[in-house]
Amino acid sequence: MTARTFASAAAAGALFLASAMPAWAAGAIGGEVEKQAVNPTAIVMFLIFVAVTLGITYWAARRTKSAKDFYTAGGGITGFQNGLAIAGDYMSAATLLGLTGMVFTVGYDGFVYSISFLVGWPIILFLMAERLRNLGKFTFADITAYRLGRTEIRTLSACGSLSVVALYLIAQMVGAGKLIQLLFGLEYEWAVALVGVLMIAYVTFGGMIATTWVQIIKAVMLLSAGSFMALMALSQFGFNLNTMAQQAVEMHKLGQALMGPGSFLADPVSAVSLGMALMFGTAGLPHILMRFFTVSDAKEARKSVVYATGFIGYFFMVVGVLGLAAIVIVSKNPEFLGADGKLLGGSNMAVMHLAKAVGGDLFLGFISAVAFATILAVVAGLALAGASAVSHDLYASVFKKGQADERTEMRVSKIATLAMGVLAVGLGIAFENQNIAFMVGLAFAIAGSANFPVLILSMMWKGTTTRGALIGGFIGLATALTLVVLGPTIWVKILGFQTAVFPYEHPAIFSIPTAFFAIWFFSVTDRSKRAEEEKGRFPAQYVRSQTGLGAESASSH
Amino acid sequence: MGQESVERILANPRFQELVAKRSRFAWTLSAIILAVFYGYILVVAFNPQVLAVPLGEGWTLTVGIPVGAGIIVLSFLLTWAYVTRANGEFERLNREVLEELNR
Repeated sequence: MTARTFASAAAAGALFLASAMPAWAAGAIGGEVEKQAVNPTAIVMFLIFVAVTLGITYWAARRTKSAKDFYTAGGGITGFQNGLAIAGDYMSAATLLGLTGMVFTVGYDGFVYSISFLVGWPIILFLMAERLRNLGKFTFADITAYRLGRTEIRTLSACGSLSVVALYLIAQMVGAGKLIQLLFGLEYEWAVALVGVLMIAYVTFGGMIATTWVQIIKAVMLLSAGSFMALMALSQFGFNLNTMAQQAVEMHKLGQALMGPGSFLADPVSAVSLGMALMFGTAGLPHILMRFFTVSDAKEARKSVVYATGFIGYFFMVVGVLGLAAIVIVSKNPEFLGADGKLLGGSNMAVMHLAKAVGGDLFLGFISAVAFATILAVVAGLALAGASAVSHDLYASVFKKGQADERTEMRVSKIATLAMGVLAVGLGIAFENQNIAFMVGLAFAIAGSANFPVLILSMMWKGTTTRGALIGGFIGLATALTLVVLGPTIWVKILGFQTAVFPYEHPAIFSIPTAFFAIWFFSVTDRSKRAEEEKGRFPAQYVRSQTGLGAESASSH
Repeated sequence: MGQESVERILANPRFQELVAKRSRFAWTLSAIILAVFYGYILVVAFNPQVLAVPLGEGWTLTVGIPVGAGIIVLSFLLTWAYVTRANGEFERLNREVLEELNR
């Protein structure tokens, strides 16, 4: 095995989150890094995971008979299972590697970031969960287009979904390729292709049933592995967090400053903007929203959020402990340091090194397999969300005007999955050495500024009209896109201009209110007859959203 | 769902009670979490040293740790409180509304 070097290999994990991080965090992953030796345990563990998930896919394929089975697992997922799956969607490789890396580098600020990531969930539960379940069928466009113009609003929502999915998918693919290259010693192209092939297999054959179970298995693996590692690490300090923190402070260059907020969120505009992007962006992510259609009723939809919030919150606390433990156990251990005295693979590998330090090669292998499984599960969810937007929204509703038969619609969604997989692999390879750090941030900005405002206003505000939603949604999309392009990441770092036209990393604080205002303005000034009819259809939508009368029910299996 | 059932439900006092109670509860809880979270973010931005104070003599852990963990726990407790009431009391009211419709 030739030990090839590649720049910022461990950008892998960070790529998902880097956009949302300040520049220093992205910089912390730099440096020429040698690929790690092949770990046989990792490969065996991973092969077991693939075998099990393909077995599940086979089982799921036999249960996937209708479009409803394909898109929403027949509505037969329980609240607990769905809660685990949502948590799985949220606990990506980025959370495991990136957040521990952040705590490892800057301490408390990493914790602030985790908290911002979590608090969107209560809001989603209080204001959206039951309405989503009562009104939705397969995609969130079912809700936005419930009483508004089908062609226009479906197109808008499908564009929003596909942009988010595409950006997310590219970032995941590139991250996956680098991570697998690093952990398994596989060539980048092969790694990306492997992820693409498995993703296509899960989604085309097993649909939502397979996607959900892959996500559940991975969530359980991740939660147990994280807990085990945290316990092993804490045991070295007599299970005393304060003792561990004390030693971390002594070893870290930040000293006691490690334990308090630092420079990360010093600028209030950026701080609030980041909070808004994470909170409202989550409520507009198509692969998260579609999870609300997989349960039988509003009751189960609510339960899934409680479980999800519990699991995610618990995991974020574990991540904080792991980051702190890595400072003490890993940061000064010559086994994990390069010739330059820096951590091998950059700060995002902190948790991997910690795994080896507390559990040996066997446990490192397990954690590597978990990281790979995490990526697979997340890309499968994304692919399914993208495929539904193409087949259910664009093909069946816009192109066929709702006259498509179910078999053709399912075939289209499978072709769409295949196309998306091929495209994702192609783009993953094309973007290998590009700066893609902005992509997830942009995805959150679009989700929060285009998808979320249209969705929430169409559900809650009687006055929303097709014109308002359409113009407002596109203005939100355009504002988010423009401000990201003019912002520091793209304008300065990629395009090479001296200063950013728009000084902040996150446009959310401007683009979300802009979208809300535009939807409101173009709705109230809409005096057309059609607008009157749309408002007239609100009471029926309102009753259904509140009571579930006429809502989609679970199919009988 | 016909226009007639929609009007009957809208006119049903139980439905009005359900919607009023549930939205009041949901918005109250939302207001709590928004106030707590953005309050915390503003402290981080404007007055970070408050969170960097050690928990006590000889402590390395700071006030920020229990405060941050507290926000996570609070998020969970609020979702739990909402679901307990929504899946119990509100769900009962909801069922009554739907049953009255079939009478």
